[in-house]
Amino acid sequence: MNLSNSDLEMYTETPSVPGGNGTALVVRNVNLTFPDGEQGLHVLSDISFSVQTEEFVCILGPSGSGKSTLLRVLAGLLAPTQGEVVYQGRELQGPRREIGFVFQKANLMPWRTVLENITLPLELQHIPNSNAELQAQELVNLVGLDSFEDSLPRDLSGGMEQRVAIARALVYDPRILLLDEPFGALDALTRERMGSELLRIWQARRKTVLMVTHAIPESVFLADRVLVLSPRPGKIRLDMSVDLPRPREDGMRYTVEFGEIAKRLRAAIG
Amino acid sequence: MDLINTRKIALASHQRLWRRGVYLVPISVGLAILIWHLIARYGGFPAFILPSPALVWTRFLRALLDGRLAYHIAVTLGEVLAGLALGITAATTLGYLLAKSETFERFLAPYIVASQSIPIVAIAPLLVIWFGPGLFSKVLICALIVFFPVLINTIVGLRSVPDELRDLMRSLQATSWQTFQYLEVPSALPVFLGGLRIGATLAVIGAVVGEFVGADRGLGFLINIGRGQYDTALVFVAIFTLVGMALTLYGLVVLIETRLLSWQQRPDDSG
Ligand SMILES: Nc1ncnc2c1ncn2[C@@H]1O[C@H](COP(=O)(O)OP(=O)(O)O)[C@@H](O)[C@H]1O
Ligand SMILES: [Mg+2]
Repeated sequence: MNLSNSDLEMYTETPSVPGGNGTALVVRNVNLTFPDGEQGLHVLSDISFSVQTEEFVCILGPSGSGKSTLLRVLAGLLAPTQGEVVYQGRELQGPRREIGFVFQKANLMPWRTVLENITLPLELQHIPNSNAELQAQELVNLVGLDSFEDSLPRDLSGGMEQRVAIARALVYDPRILLLDEPFGALDALTRERMGSELLRIWQARRKTVLMVTHAIPESVFLADRVLVLSPRPGKIRLDMSVDLPRPREDGMRYTVEFGEIAKRLRAAIG
Repeated sequence: MDLINTRKIALASHQRLWRRGVYLVPISVGLAILIWHLIARYGGFPAFILPSPALVWTRFLRALLDGRLAYHIAVTLGEVLAGLALGITAATTLGYLLAKSETFERFLAPYIVASQSIPIVAIAPLLVIWFGPGLFSKVLICALIVFFPVLINTIVGLRSVPDELRDLMRSLQATSWQTFQYLEVPSALPVFLGGLRIGATLAVIGAVVGEFVGADRGLGFLINIGRGQYDTALVFVAIFTLVGMALTLYGLVVLIETRLLSWQQRPDDSG
């Protein structure tokens, strides 16, 4: 289906971000019920929002509120029971190469080395090896894994594994990057560092990012905008812009403004 | 860091071998032969009941030199390898289909399980009646006995492919052939090879069972001849050759495992 501009504007409630041009993704009245038990399990309830190109959006919500489910719908891995996701003027029918996904677990193939894991998406697209390796090598540097190219996943720490996963999602240059609690399994310090690195990568590569997290400070530090989901069935309870200047520096985590925003989010989660 | 890791792995596997007592094997075998020798020597048994190790050794050399042994080995090995090939092909193909469709699995499960409760010795005569005493009936018996463990392990292996990796392949828009090639095969391989290891030794048993029922060649046939002629040393020679064959096949699968699954061995595995 095709959308006119005025259709799109309905969902463009937040001012567009600097450098942003146009809408990357529109989510319209998405409902999702898992066939579970007699009535089914209602997980997503009437979710609507839109995301600007190159916007960084974080999705917060209590556990079980349907954050992962929502992200899987946006990735085209799961079809909504009702409603639709519109990407580039068309209803999303299934996974797309332009939409990259980083899972909660690093999800690497244990029999492939770091470099081979990163080149996997390119191999699947039949991109010649030499080209693929060149592109992968660039990302290895970007995520700071130099000299670990030939290591196997079993020899990596949790943080390093997630970097490989991020590099793998970036290697085919998707326009949209979906991340499902990518730092959930990391300790607090590694997590902060990975957050800063993700920002650096986002600034270098200019992607549209949607990231699920359950850490409030993390979402404030990273996002242009935070969506808060209610407990199941997940509804959008709050859609808030984070008006902190960019580039963000680690010191900002301790400013009053930062604390104010975090407090408002905390109150919304309940 | 690579160098350090490699050295650590080498060291660890050395220690592991030591702990598993691999170096004790020759000592243990030597001791067994010595005890056998002493029993044969001082036990007062006639040679057709218990031949001495020395007698078995000379019988082995004679059978080797007149070319008989090599011929029967070739026959049995041919049956085993053809049976393995047939059994593995059938089991992996059916296993893939069963792993993909639970309806299909439920439909066929009763037959598969029932077929396993019938001992192979009971079916073997039937197969020889139907397909004659030649090569083909032996290959079928081998294939049948190999089939089950390989089938089960193929299914278990394919079912154990993590859902998250399947999602990854889907999100990368992999074709089903690519998912098979890049995800399912490497992921199911460890469990599959475990089944193959069992299947390889079972195939040797299958061939001998088939030859016992009706054959005019092969190591099973040689055992029958030796028994008929009170040439017990020849029976021993045939048995040891069969053991050697089974161990070699087993070793080959283990070798394939260590080559293909090196990513699995953890340097600090105390195994
Ligand atoms: N494939 C599925 N089938 C049935 N129920 C599911 C499935 N996936 C998730 N759920 C249920 O949906 C709810 C939301 O799950 P999820 O989206 O993973 O929440 P979150 O990521 O916010 O913790 C949970 O109650 C979960 O048990
Ligand atoms: Mg989740």
